[in-house]
Amino acid sequence: MDGEELTEQETALYDRQIRVWGADAQRRLSKSHILVCGMKGTVAEFCKNIVLAGVGSLTLMDDRVVTEEAWSANFLIPPDENVYGGKTIAEVCCDSLKDFNPMVRVSVEKGDLSSLDGEFYDKFDVVVVSCCSVTTKKLINEKCRKLSKRVAFYTVDCRDSCGEIFVDLQNHKYSKQKIEETIECQLQYPSFEEAISVPWRALPRKASKLYFALRGVFEEAEGRSPGEISIADLPAVLKLKKELCEANALNASHVTDSLLERLIIGTREFPPVCAVVGGILGQEVIKAISCKGEPLKNFFFFDVMDGKGVVEDVSNPKKESK
Amino acid sequence: MDTIEVSNLNRQFLFRQSHVGQSKAKVARDAVLKFRPQMSITAHHANVKDPKFNVEFFKQFNVVLNGLDNLDARRHVNRLCLAADVPLVESGTTGFLGQVTVHVKGKTECYECQPKPAPKTYPVCTITSTPSKFVHCIVWAKDLLFAKLFGDRNQENDLNVRSSDAASSSDHAEDVFVRRKDEDIDPYGRRIYDHVFGYNIEVASSNEETWKNRNRPKPIYSADVMPENLTEQNGNVAKNCVVDTSSVSAMASLGLKNPQDTWTLLESSRIFLEALKLFFAKREKEIGNLSFDKDDQLAVEFVTAAANIRAASFGISLHSLFEAKGIAGNIVHAVATTNAIIAGLIVIEAIKVLLKDTDKYRMTYCLEHITKKMLLMPVEPYEPNKSCYVCSETPLSLEINTSRSKLRDFVEKIVKAKLGINFPLIMHGSNLLYEVGDDLDEVEVANYAANLEKVLSQLPSPVTNGTMLTVEDLQQELTCNINIKHREEFDEEKEPDGMLLSGWTQAPPAKDDKQSMNDKQSIGNGGDSSNALQTEPADAVKDGEMEEISEPSGKKRKLSEGSKASILDATDGTRNHKEVEKLDDDDDDDVVMFDDLDSMTNKKKRLQ
Repeated sequence: MDGEELTEQETALYDRQIRVWGADAQRRLSKSHILVCGMKGTVAEFCKNIVLAGVGSLTLMDDRVVTEEAWSANFLIPPDENVYGGKTIAEVCCDSLKDFNPMVRVSVEKGDLSSLDGEFYDKFDVVVVSCCSVTTKKLINEKCRKLSKRVAFYTVDCRDSCGEIFVDLQNHKYSKQKIEETIECQLQYPSFEEAISVPWRALPRKASKLYFALRGVFEEAEGRSPGEISIADLPAVLKLKKELCEANALNASHVTDSLLERLIIGTREFPPVCAVVGGILGQEVIKAISCKGEPLKNFFFFDVMDGKGVVEDVSNPKKESK
Repeated sequence: MDTIEVSNLNRQFLFRQSHVGQSKAKVARDAVLKFRPQMSITAHHANVKDPKFNVEFFKQFNVVLNGLDNLDARRHVNRLCLAADVPLVESGTTGFLGQVTVHVKGKTECYECQPKPAPKTYPVCTITSTPSKFVHCIVWAKDLLFAKLFGDRNQENDLNVRSSDAASSSDHAEDVFVRRKDEDIDPYGRRIYDHVFGYNIEVASSNEETWKNRNRPKPIYSADVMPENLTEQNGNVAKNCVVDTSSVSAMASLGLKNPQDTWTLLESSRIFLEALKLFFAKREKEIGNLSFDKDDQLAVEFVTAAANIRAASFGISLHSLFEAKGIAGNIVHAVATTNAIIAGLIVIEAIKVLLKDTDKYRMTYCLEHITKKMLLMPVEPYEPNKSCYVCSETPLSLEINTSRSKLRDFVEKIVKAKLGINFPLIMHGSNLLYEVGDDLDEVEVANYAANLEKVLSQLPSPVTNGTMLTVEDLQQELTCNINIKHREEFDEEKEPDGMLLSGWTQAPPAKDDKQSMNDKQSIGNGGDSSNALQTEPADAVKDGEMEEISEPSGKKRKLSEGSKASILDATDGTRNHKEVEKLDDDDDDDVVMFDDLDSMTNKKKRLQ
């Protein structure tokens, strides 16, 4: 490693987690830079987790003003207009997050995500995007991939009592423990665009329904501001589902109407789901930065209804050349 | 009752640096009110085992959520929730593992239906004579050496026990550890060093039987390791102007800065002597009253050093202070993410309980490695265990020599240690043999004290073969019936307590524990079980015991109203799994079954 010791303060504060992932991993965390875009409840939970973990810096992007919906599922925003009045969501969250760990540099970046160029993204080791269109997700992912340095890319979205995480670590080398030994491994990840282009029939029959359902919901929401979609859109979504299923030779009954209805109507997040999904995401980012432990590949789904947290590998059966 | 510590702050995010030392309950309340000001929150800075939190208290609630860190407290709350008929959501985390379980009286298993593994204990001889792992050296250094030198002198201590004969606590042996009147600290330190690492090892080494199949330990003398004059090397102490005794440190004194470094034998030896010196120089008043505290830097340094030297003697690898502290302090490793996941899952279950959504209750396991494509695995709760002495009424059986064992043995080894009843009431029919309480008069107290010393068959109401004893805990509203069976002989090795309790399933030992968990004459790391080596009560272990995470074993029947489930039902998924409503129609939802022959046989027995 680079010989920089952890300070006495860090050793005392991070003792319990150093016992989990080691001093080395802790050092790597302290040098990492994270960018987060779209601060809803789940992302707030994620930010809390990585700030507590002791990353080097965290940059927040969300220029929206605070509304009741915002603070209903985001515990970083106190429901007090005296506190949040006149500030953007990112600004209020930034103030709260700094409190959790003074050793982490938390800051706000204003502006439109998609207009920023590669040079901007180069400053970061991890980029997490939420509440944005499919087009934007593809765009940012591509910008990250074009850089010579590996920038880990994640999307996270929670609707009603469900959540989805997407992971792209490009070419990722890591170590894992098997009984007493340490094994070096490697994983190859498809880009976001590649992943969602995988024909549905190529996926296992029992693949999580949430995957298909959310693709439909997101496609319908495309071009509109996040959260705009509502029950009125249900007929359109059901129609879209039919079309997508036909196009993909997937039995339409596989994705139940009731599931879609839930996802359409429930635009608000459910706080315990934010905690669960934000926790899983936090863990994944820590794994990516520390290169310790097997990261999930490449989709994660959680649904309160069945209580399962499922990992789906949505990638082309053919080997990707990179 | 806990107060906030620095090491909590990496995950207990309601707390800040400025809150260190304050009450967790109170600060948590204040923090939550900041983002949900309209909540009604009452903070009790108290021990949940306090009698004021009785059944009436618990009856006030619709659901209880536990976030406890020791087994004793959890069992206690479990019993109160059963008595009050209030659903309990239990949980625990360790590193990347975690679980949430739901317990509803009469509907699901209670928390104790599946016995939880008690904290690890080690046989006395392993600690005193034949250590083979570093943890054995730690326990020796902490519970024997540290206790002997700095703790209560009157406490029984096996430090000089030889493996071949009975404890030889002759006057001569006692003198060895006490610092003589005009003895300088340096020669005293070396004398102790040479005695425990040199002389004692030579004596132990001479016993042929012990070392037949083991490698002999090497005696280590200070002169061999540190030939130089100590006063010159460790002269810092005299110049050390540290007034604040809590920051006194041998490492600082010797310039060893990194707690992650593994010391050499020489460094360990220097720390050993320096730490000893510092205790006498700066903390003399505390000597004789000290008990090991993982947050006591000097104590941790001393124990690490001593354990390392012993390890060197026995060919065991040395460890860093950081590692040693974790072992000696029973530190549970923990991260914010797992806790956040489990917290979310707890709330999800709590909401189901409040909505009385019985069919939807789940035990959820947070896994470190993906299993069957899952990182979060829900399992339906199991039906109550009919042989659970806590939530069912099944009596237990105890084999014991009623003419040799005293009532005291029964109380200590069975009632308290095994059953977790700390304030028992013991009856034989309508005769009260023993009880504890504040309202007893002198005569009663004397009677009970006398009873404790009597062998069972000699009690005022004789306890013999076929007797049924009733043990109660009034606070927990728990009643336990025990059938007594007289037995003459017990295997000294396998049943060193001279008792065998059955009908109460012993939990299987932890996977990596090759030592006998059933060995009752043993030493707990952190204090446990019925043994003179115990220096602290089991429930004082704070950052204490590992949260029990048991991987789902798939052995018992899931909770399904009116279903006579069989293995086939579970595996093919075509159970009476009701109108799906919001549940997806998938075939293989819900219960995850594991291939486990043992559990399948168990299951068959229970269905009969």
